[in-house]
Amino acid sequence: MMRRLGKIRDYAIEKMIFISGIAAIIFVILIFSFLVREGGSFFGEYDLKNFILGHFWYPASDPPRFGILPLIMGSLVIVLGAGILAVPLGVMAALYISEVAPKGLKDLLKAGVEMLAAIPSVVVGFVGMVTLVPFIKTAFNIPTGLTALSGCIMLAFMAMPTIVSISEDAINAVPWNYKEGALALGATKWQIMYRIILPAAAPGIIAAVMLGIGRVIGETMAVMMVTGNAAVIPSGFLEPVRTLTATIAAEMGETVRGSSHYKSLFAIGAVLFVITFIINFIADTYLHKNKEQ
Amino acid sequence: MDAKKSQKIAFGVLLATTLAVVLPVLFIIMIIIKEGITAINWRFLTTMPSNGMRSGGIFPAIVGTIYLVLLSVAIALPVGVMAAIYLNEYAKDNILTRIIKLSIVNLAGVPSVVYGLFGLGLFVIFLKFGVCLLSGALTLAIMELPVIITTSKEALSTVPLSFREVSLSLGVSRWQTIRYAVLPHALPGIMTGTILSISRIAGETAPILFTAAAFYLPRLPGSLFDQIMVLPYHLFIISTQIPNMPSKSTYGTALVLLILVLMMNFTAIVVRTYFRMNKKW
Repeated sequence: MMRRLGKIRDYAIEKMIFISGIAAIIFVILIFSFLVREGGSFFGEYDLKNFILGHFWYPASDPPRFGILPLIMGSLVIVLGAGILAVPLGVMAALYISEVAPKGLKDLLKAGVEMLAAIPSVVVGFVGMVTLVPFIKTAFNIPTGLTALSGCIMLAFMAMPTIVSISEDAINAVPWNYKEGALALGATKWQIMYRIILPAAAPGIIAAVMLGIGRVIGETMAVMMVTGNAAVIPSGFLEPVRTLTATIAAEMGETVRGSSHYKSLFAIGAVLFVITFIINFIADTYLHKNKEQ
Repeated sequence: MDAKKSQKIAFGVLLATTLAVVLPVLFIIMIIIKEGITAINWRFLTTMPSNGMRSGGIFPAIVGTIYLVLLSVAIALPVGVMAAIYLNEYAKDNILTRIIKLSIVNLAGVPSVVYGLFGLGLFVIFLKFGVCLLSGALTLAIMELPVIITTSKEALSTVPLSFREVSLSLGVSRWQTIRYAVLPHALPGIMTGTILSISRIAGETAPILFTAAAFYLPRLPGSLFDQIMVLPYHLFIISTQIPNMPSKSTYGTALVLLILVLMMNFTAIVVRTYFRMNKKW
């Protein structure tokens, strides 16, 4: 009898474990279906082509215009700028931390990078607002420091932990005998680093960059606090921009449930979901490539 | 130029870049400590905000943050650990497992504000919980799931296979083996991961914007269905929405949030090193 009860209990627990196991799948499906549920009917009222390619985001005007091209361009400018800054710096830092730094310094630097990952984005945004924004205003002598450039710099830092730690993993995963072979042939450490380690770790580094970019696209609070939030197609880095994420965060509070504006924000959410899904999928593929080596 | 010389230059450049990456962290922390420390006193930490938040304390925001974080981890931890057990102990190398892993990666990559939309759609509207503590905690719970699953799975995978073999060879069932021979040894790793995920969640703003956070609420939450004030959202509000906000209390709020988050990170690191040192195998 006891034995029987134990078997039933085991069975129940193992079923629960299985359900938890597939919970991640369930939630991904749930997230997408709720974005579609709330935002899908927007396209009954507004043309998909005008939504994606429309030049004007005037949700409150009459008639309202829901063109998200300026928002897409805003996100793109931020990603581009942050990427240009963060990718070379991050990869170089990863190289230094994993291959050059002596043990004590290595732990210290790693702790520093981890700490950066721990600082809440709203705190990073706040510090950017009170230091970087006024600095950029005076340095470039422009009317406001709330610009794309400020956003790029802040987000470059926020993407750094992702880029550094995943690149570092990729660099560490390069097999020892690659390095030994080159060392035996008389190569210097630096030659080994850029001729052998970097190419061998490339798939992992690409994954790190993709995940960093995903982080930048998804970041909301910090970017909203330093970029000025003007929904116009940006023509340079020294102008205010507004990203997809910031639009949702800034406007959802003002909308009426069920209105076109409300639905359009869910539609933007769905666009973001699809973009990050693709980025993560690519990153994951490269990570597997790196492991298979 | 000879190889030795170019190596020296290259290493110098690498060191400079690394410092350029790490030093701003210290700068951020130092500026907040320097400006915020004067705001922090017993009154600031334990009284309600007053005068349109320009004076008074941040007590309800601190309490709200703690409630929100504890509730979300209480929801996410069992599911996350069981998911990790499934992946590490039961899952076969098949297409389902591949899809689960991909879903976890994707959950981790969904932008925080999209989680906010999802929480609004599912918990606030569809399940009619309203904007409240529970809706926010559930939203955050789903968000922290990938971190808990990944770190717990890693902790489980470091438990030697022989532990399972011995237990199974004694006729103990599979679940009992996991429960008594595997899980206790993975606990420190699971704890570390959980604390880290809590510290991540404590600083999140976007997911609770439309699911839990109240702009100004000078009382403590009385039930799961009350709106709450939360530190990160409070910081956002006072630093962007309120004109003539005394900068002292803005920095003070940032400092309290920063201390909360860094303290949890520090705890996680202590737990990790302590158990690493006392590991018996």
